Amino acid sequence: MKEFLRHLKEFLKDHVRDYAMFIALFAIMAVFAALSGGDFLSPVNISNLVDQTGYIAVLAIGETLIIVIRHIDLSVGFLSGFLGAIAAILMQFYHFSALSAIIIVLGLGTLAGLLNGSLVTYLRIPAFVATLAGWLAYRGALLLATKGSGTIIITNKTFNAIGNGFIPDLPFINNILPNYHKLTLLVGIVAAVLIVYFSLKNRDQQIKRGFDVLPLDIFLIELLFIDALLLYITFILAAHRGISWTLVIMIITTVIYSFITNRTVLGRHIYAVGGNPEAAALSGINVKKITLIVFASMGFLSGLSGILFASRLQSATTTAGTLFELYAIAGAYIGGVSAAGGVGKVINSLIGAFVMSTLTNGMNLLGVDISLQYIILGIVLAAAVIFDVATRSKER
Amino acid sequence: MGTPLIELVNVSKSFSGVQVLFGVNFKVQPREIHCLVGENGAGKSTLMKILSGVYPYGEYEGEIRLEGYPVRFFSIKDSEKAGISIIHQELSLVPEMTVYENIFLGNEIKKGSIVDTFEEIERARQLLLKVKGENINPTVKAKDLSVSMQQLVEIAKALSKNPKVLILDEPTSALSETESENLLILLKGLKEQGVTIILISHRLKEVLKVADSITVLRDGQTVAYFNCKTEEVDEKKIIKHMVGREITNLYPMPIAEPLDEPIMETKNWNVVEPNTGRYLVKDANIVLKKGEIVGLFGLVGAGRTEFGLSLFGNPYGYIISGDIILKGRKVKFKTPEDAIKQGVLYLTEDRKEKGLILINSIKENISLANLKALKKGITVDEAKEIEIAQGFQKRLNIKARNVEVNVSTLSGGTQQKVLVAKGLFAEPDVIILDEPTRGIDVGAKYEIYTLIRELASEGKAILLISSELPEILGMSDRIYIMSKGKITGELKSEEANQEIVMAYAVS
Repeated sequence: MKEFLRHLKEFLKDHVRDYAMFIALFAIMAVFAALSGGDFLSPVNISNLVDQTGYIAVLAIGETLIIVIRHIDLSVGFLSGFLGAIAAILMQFYHFSALSAIIIVLGLGTLAGLLNGSLVTYLRIPAFVATLAGWLAYRGALLLATKGSGTIIITNKTFNAIGNGFIPDLPFINNILPNYHKLTLLVGIVAAVLIVYFSLKNRDQQIKRGFDVLPLDIFLIELLFIDALLLYITFILAAHRGISWTLVIMIITTVIYSFITNRTVLGRHIYAVGGNPEAAALSGINVKKITLIVFASMGFLSGLSGILFASRLQSATTTAGTLFELYAIAGAYIGGVSAAGGVGKVINSLIGAFVMSTLTNGMNLLGVDISLQYIILGIVLAAAVIFDVATRSKER
Repeated sequence: MGTPLIELVNVSKSFSGVQVLFGVNFKVQPREIHCLVGENGAGKSTLMKILSGVYPYGEYEGEIRLEGYPVRFFSIKDSEKAGISIIHQELSLVPEMTVYENIFLGNEIKKGSIVDTFEEIERARQLLLKVKGENINPTVKAKDLSVSMQQLVEIAKALSKNPKVLILDEPTSALSETESENLLILLKGLKEQGVTIILISHRLKEVLKVADSITVLRDGQTVAYFNCKTEEVDEKKIIKHMVGREITNLYPMPIAEPLDEPIMETKNWNVVEPNTGRYLVKDANIVLKKGEIVGLFGLVGAGRTEFGLSLFGNPYGYIISGDIILKGRKVKFKTPEDAIKQGVLYLTEDRKEKGLILINSIKENISLANLKALKKGITVDEAKEIEIAQGFQKRLNIKARNVEVNVSTLSGGTQQKVLVAKGLFAEPDVIILDEPTRGIDVGAKYEIYTLIRELASEGKAILLISSELPEILGMSDRIYIMSKGKITGELKSEEANQEIVMAYAVS
């Protein structure tokens, strides 16, 4: 027991920053659960919460990499709104299929990102200004696109399913667990097993190579905690209508971006460019190329965000995308990304986005006045960054 | 002698119209340590950046020959492929990345499309072992390493590319004497293993210890080549070529006698590191007198810089106790600004990080600490500002087109002079100089020394903090020696010599 406490203390000392956002999210959720008398944790609400986070979360992931390489992208909010409107116009007025509209929008988004990136790298315009210009221009473009029609209602069922639909259930076993979504349960359980398997395998490999690993007790508790949380959420979702397509997209995006940043050469180079651009250049890294790629990815994700939002509302509105960029940037900062460059994890920004949307969702549920909501969001953002800076300086 | 491994023929280079290299010829034989020396601004780093592809083919004139054959490098990658690795003067590690990530940055080991982390760590261990850095954990972040350890990581990084030629630009300027010593031993070892080494250094003693041959560069031209195996070479000879004149005395003579009139004293001065509670300075009592140059010597980690900084408004928030007595009055400096106002000035060893705003002009840097003196209503009197800056430019011989030039474009020695000018403009009574000549060349050093003498003759009290023993002995009227945070000795200059001072420093 004494041994365990010592391990726990060391673990908290070394990893408090890595896990602080998870703990904060947990605490916020617990508070809302208590205040709302359980409404907050109801299957319907959690399912909603996840879908509300989607379009901000993908932006927060893109913005993380942008901030890691010491830039900022303000244009993404209205770009997302504008691209959503393009999707709506393509499908409603020109009868494009959902798939072709999606591909075109993602392509346009990538081009818009490349444009921002070119302004920043080749013309050396500060990202703040270049993307502020984009912010204005895309806002205008959105108004222009919706000028004749106002809100464009989207009637394409396939498209609307992205923001409102759920993965199908297993068809042949209706008689067991009739009130649960079986495929969701299955996915959750398989994921939980895989996490245990790969964590053990990875730990084993690290020990074999003589690396420092977490003490066994702490490691097991961490694993237990992650799996318990995963299974709990799985059960809540399964009790409603299962995993939504938005959640699927969010998970795939997060997994791909985590993989790229953690495991690939490109990821290494992105963090090197952010951490010390001169050193990166002297190591033979093409800083301009990296910058372009990161901005292009941001544009791509703006397209994705636009699709998620338009499909969730089943329409393109004249105000779509308002404040998205700021929520995404706030999410990234709450997740611990550093403006000094080179620091920030994709997964943490996802959590940061969840913190933002959980606060909004929970306060709406409790009927908190909108003016007070903004003030609280502001305080939480400031507190998160203060915590981050304080723990960072302690590290030194 | 056979074909040189590397030959640069008639290489010229200009930066936006200003020519810095004038048809330089440079050759290096295989498996030797070749030293490239010259004053700051002589063009050494530029030459090496051409050789390593940082300035690609087309941006310079002339030819690079490798084993006799002309080659063209269009990028750093090209020169690396040809077997040339360079370690730049400014450490170029990414602080937030781990040691192994830094070592393989730009040359990641891949397994399929992903980075093979395990293999990289394994290989990093082997490389670190090779550079005698076996106590460096490859999985810690670069920012958590000491400067000398970072230097070893840089060398490991260079060696990871299996270079035939390793270029080191001023690798020892930030290292202590023992650390430099170890580095030189390492370089000799690498030579034995067949690596050809090009070493740029200001420390001529080191150069003479390891060099097989030496090229001297002056004002963008090759002025001398020595083969150390066949001819006698000494410091004087090299210096003569470096500066183009003979320097008979490294240190200028005192101009006036110091007065026996204390200006500043410390009484039982203690400095404690707040996080660890460790004493950085313990019970230090020193006296600084009018017109006197007082040397403060100590080995690395003795607490010299911490002592100096704690007297200057304590910018790093150490826990301090004890008294400062300035001109007979007990005083407290709350901030550096407060210290400057009361007449105490500290000039830092780290001019880039703490001393100067590089993107500002010479003029703006000089006036920054004392803008109040230039107030005209609520605006800054720019005409007066320029006049004063020009005055300093002339007095300190600051080599620049005019005072509007950005400090970032100046050489190290010139930047140091701007820093000194900045200090002088604040009209201090006490000047604390922390390593004022670190990393600058012999000629500029002499000018800085002359200036220190002048300041003393004007009646200012000077505390000269240095880790270079000859500098302390050559310049000081009186010497304090620090060891592990304590003042362990006080000597008059006539009583002092290297052995005695060292004995106090290691006590």
